[in-house]
Amino acid sequence: MKANAAPAIDARIRVWYNSSLQSKNFVVPGLIAVILMILAGQLTSLTIAREWEIGAMEQILSTPLRPAEMVIGKMLAYFAVGLADSIIALVVGVTVFSVPFRGSLLLLGVSTCLFLSGVLFWGIFISSGARTQVEAYQLGMLTTFLPGFLLSGFVFSIDTMPKVLQVISLIVPARYFVAILKSLFMKGVGLEVLADQVIFLMLFATIVFWRAVSKLKRQRVV
Amino acid sequence: MWERIRVILYKEIIQVLREPRMRALLFFPPIIQLIIFGYAVTLDVDHARIAWMDMSKTPESRALQARFEGSGRFDVVAYPNSEDDVQRLLDQSDVHAVVSVLPEFARDLARGRTAQVQVLLDGTNSNTASLVSAYAAGVIYEFAKDLSPHPAKNQQSIQIHVRGAAGGGRMPAAQLASDTRVWFNPDLRSRNYFVPGVAANILLMVTLMLTAQAIIREKEIGTMEQLMVTPMRPIELIIGKTLPFALVGMINMLLVTGGALLIFRIPFRGNFLLLMFCALLFLMTGLGAGLFLSTISHTQQQANMGSFFFTTPAFMLSGFTFPIRNMPTVVQYLTYLNPLRYFMEIVRGIFLKGAGISVLWPQMLILTVYGVAILGLSALRFHKKLD
Repeated sequence: MKANAAPAIDARIRVWYNSSLQSKNFVVPGLIAVILMILAGQLTSLTIAREWEIGAMEQILSTPLRPAEMVIGKMLAYFAVGLADSIIALVVGVTVFSVPFRGSLLLLGVSTCLFLSGVLFWGIFISSGARTQVEAYQLGMLTTFLPGFLLSGFVFSIDTMPKVLQVISLIVPARYFVAILKSLFMKGVGLEVLADQVIFLMLFATIVFWRAVSKLKRQRVV
Repeated sequence: MWERIRVILYKEIIQVLREPRMRALLFFPPIIQLIIFGYAVTLDVDHARIAWMDMSKTPESRALQARFEGSGRFDVVAYPNSEDDVQRLLDQSDVHAVVSVLPEFARDLARGRTAQVQVLLDGTNSNTASLVSAYAAGVIYEFAKDLSPHPAKNQQSIQIHVRGAAGGGRMPAAQLASDTRVWFNPDLRSRNYFVPGVAANILLMVTLMLTAQAIIREKEIGTMEQLMVTPMRPIELIIGKTLPFALVGMINMLLVTGGALLIFRIPFRGNFLLLMFCALLFLMTGLGAGLFLSTISHTQQQANMGSFFFTTPAFMLSGFTFPIRNMPTVVQYLTYLNPLRYFMEIVRGIFLKGAGISVLWPQMLILTVYGVAILGLSALRFHKKLD
């Protein structure tokens, strides 16, 4: 370096949270959200459509089973599956890919449960509107796979998208869960930062549950 | 024989297209997928949010800030006053980077000493972080160059240090140099690359799932037995069950190609008929895989989950979103087993490079072999299962 270089500026660039800038550190946590979104949505989206298709729905409707009970019953079975999947994904991410986990496991557990319930309820909601499984499948793919993969900020940064897509991404639960996962894995921050996201996941699960139940109720009357 | 195929074709097409909602769901999602992919998928960073911590508060430091804002790459959204503010901004992901100008900035510049600017990056998204770092280094470099009366002599006057919080991870200079070039890369490039790939994916998804579901549906609602007691032969059933979805797949292919050209103005330099012919070749793989899926599943839900074993690796290992060249060598070899990889190359070749048969024949040959093998074996297996 020559000493005579007149006004010189020394740009010191430091990287926080992911100092070696490894892409796996942000892809793996995001992937957990994407896998859960697709899996959970797909798991339940066919369940009620199937009952309609094979003609069992009329029988179910004639029993004293209440819609809320049906939604919760259908959801709980898949909830166990989804939870097992998320534990596997977490363990594989931390052990095989040695992605650091710096946050609170409790917060991770709570937000995973909230996200999982929301997406499972969403699947049931779709399913209760569809009469065939093909229809439910197509709707499920459109509303879980696509936003889960593209509008969640998993790989493609939401900030750089056109405004319309940014607004649409606001109602994609995976967006909030991806933010929670990335923060928990890499930043190690807690509820003080992630409260908004957790509240959204809670609201999403509640609203979608309520919508699914009321949709089933209406079909009962018909 | 043809009469019976005609009848089942007719039945299948009615069943698929009877409901208006189903019609919409067959042709609407591919368009949505195209549009979202086209707009969402860009790995470039346009308006990085940065925080500006000006401890110098001099005309020079404000000039540097103006440079940052004027570059069109950065929006200054916060002015932190303390280290705590900086920590909070980064923790909450409010900003991508924090630029701090040290108090001695103007004095050092005036005395011809090396002035320091610190750029603190949120490395969570490594792609965004390396772009932001390259852009920031570029702005500072230009600023330093313009300060000097003899820009040519001063090429070396900026030092860029990159280091991680942990002390390790020094970014190689070559990486910085190559990243800086992204600056001049027009935003459209990545879109041109991604959008044609959507067509390939959609063709696979549509043919695979619709075929599998149409067959399993018959099993599930118990009409398969009825079909089997008719004089219909398995091969006729297979043709009747797959052709409608080949048709739906081809229509989707047309829609998506049309959308790519009309909405996104993706260049189309090749032969359209060649593209459609290659789509037909690839279709055999999708239909065959769907047929196979239907022989191993009893319910549509099983088929649905089973399809992930096929579509996810196909999707990830096709070079669609993740370049094959960046994968570990072992995984690169695996991609040769993936039929979608070849179709992806064909689609991109025809769209972007105007490649013809003379270039694409190896891929076409492989697709034919895959298609015939997968469709043939699945048909055999299907045949056996029926007996």
